[in-house]
Amino acid sequence: MWTFSCPIIAYGDYALEYIAQIQGKKAFIVTDKNIVSLGLLKLVTDQLDAVNIKWQVFDEIEPEPSLATIKKGGVAVGLYQPDWVIGLGGGSCMDAAKAIIILLVQPDLDPDAIIASDTYNFREKAKLMAIPTTSGTGSEATWAIVLTDADNQRKIGLGTTECTPDVAILDPVMVEGMPPQITADTGMDAVCQAIEGYVSTWGTSITEGPGLVAAKQAFQYLPKAYKDGKDLEARKEMQNAAILAGLSFGNSMAGLGHSMGHALGAMYHIPHGRTVGLFLPYTMEYLINGSEETTAKYAEIACFCGVASGSNLECAKALVAKVRSLLKEINQPLSVEDCGIDKTQYEASIPDLIDRALNEVMTMTVSRVPGVEDLGKIFRYAYEGKHINF
Amino acid sequence: MAAKFGTQEWYDIYKEEINNSKAYEEAAKTWEGDFYFITKKGGPVKEPIVGYVDLWHGKCRKAEVVTDMKKYNPEFIIEAPYAIWKRICLKQLDSTQALITKQSKLMTGSRGTMAKIMRYTKAANELTNITARIDTEWLD
Repeated sequence: MWTFSCPIIAYGDYALEYIAQIQGKKAFIVTDKNIVSLGLLKLVTDQLDAVNIKWQVFDEIEPEPSLATIKKGGVAVGLYQPDWVIGLGGGSCMDAAKAIIILLVQPDLDPDAIIASDTYNFREKAKLMAIPTTSGTGSEATWAIVLTDADNQRKIGLGTTECTPDVAILDPVMVEGMPPQITADTGMDAVCQAIEGYVSTWGTSITEGPGLVAAKQAFQYLPKAYKDGKDLEARKEMQNAAILAGLSFGNSMAGLGHSMGHALGAMYHIPHGRTVGLFLPYTMEYLINGSEETTAKYAEIACFCGVASGSNLECAKALVAKVRSLLKEINQPLSVEDCGIDKTQYEASIPDLIDRALNEVMTMTVSRVPGVEDLGKIFRYAYEGKHINF
Repeated sequence: MAAKFGTQEWYDIYKEEINNSKAYEEAAKTWEGDFYFITKKGGPVKEPIVGYVDLWHGKCRKAEVVTDMKKYNPEFIIEAPYAIWKRICLKQLDSTQALITKQSKLMTGSRGTMAKIMRYTKAANELTNITARIDTEWLD
């Protein structure tokens, strides 16, 4: 048995007006101060006001939210007792909303004790809405919650399928002002999730479709959205690509690029999308070198996206080249060195990076599972920008 | 000769296999923690089968079938019906997928945390690989 979780998706121009259709009395909005200062919160509260839904804002979510912040949000939501919790912002805000809504029904729960096999029944009290202000994390369509264990400098992947939002609203007005750097960082997350979701060993034909279309749209529209943020067609298609990638990997699993990216991001505090995008071509090469099955799947993506035609190997290699050219086009790092990390410090941290990457579920859901030695080599090659030849 | 699932004989072999596994030893070299693996009553299982497994620094210190749940207070408890354990042990079902789809249930005891167990995904995977190697006589 396997399941596919998906929210109701309101998308396109004026999608925020979907809020007028919801039933409820009180909404608790989980966001950050930047979203408030950009005026994006007001776009949402105007809609709530229009239908007489009261609201309260918790705007204390930091990038890579800590367990302590979630606890604080849990206290606030408990006092307010809403019938909607709205995650408004990037992946951090949406993930935080998923954890906070669980604390609404289990206020004494430590957030890191949220267990995939548990059922929390929070919908007896409130429903969950996600309104992304970036295009990439796919959090609006997934049940995953990534929090930070600040004491151990680790990202913790939590959640239960119940945490898939009831409603996701993709309105281009929420992303049209997104700066190029954030467009690139989050957009590469979507590319990585689309490709990794498609080739995941947990994937099925049900999860492959969204991944394939997401990859095609992201390859086509990410450079456009990066170069001209006012290109609303590109913005809309990137919103679609992000949620489709979320539906793909969120219902299968991401892969090695995410495992290695999580490790680097947690230790060096580099944005999630930038690190997973960085490792994507290296991990793709590693899989091509040892897995005909994944090579064939990369070839399918390459053909569907119009990247190449020919043998599976030729197409798969062309897809890797396409990822690298995209990274270059949107000024993303092609090596760990490009991130400005000192080589000596990096070398010293490799055992810890390996340990973290090795123990991610996403390392187990690729067709060629690396051990300590291979992971170490990939980390070292990625520092220098060397193609993986083993 | 095959060992019957859920018997002390099966757990003795499990312990031996864990202690012979270099892959597990490497993956779990810093792990300290114990489990109850509970097979719920139902089907061919007339009474719950509770296996206690104590894992320490890449080795298994104890693997014992217990009849009194109060005998130990393990950090983690994993509970599933017989059919699900069988599929996990035969590697027909990924143990993490079983948790996600709520076919099995993970509970943390008084000392266990999710943050702790999630740092040892590789070791958990090796434990499943080991069960697949045990010549098992199934109950159905």
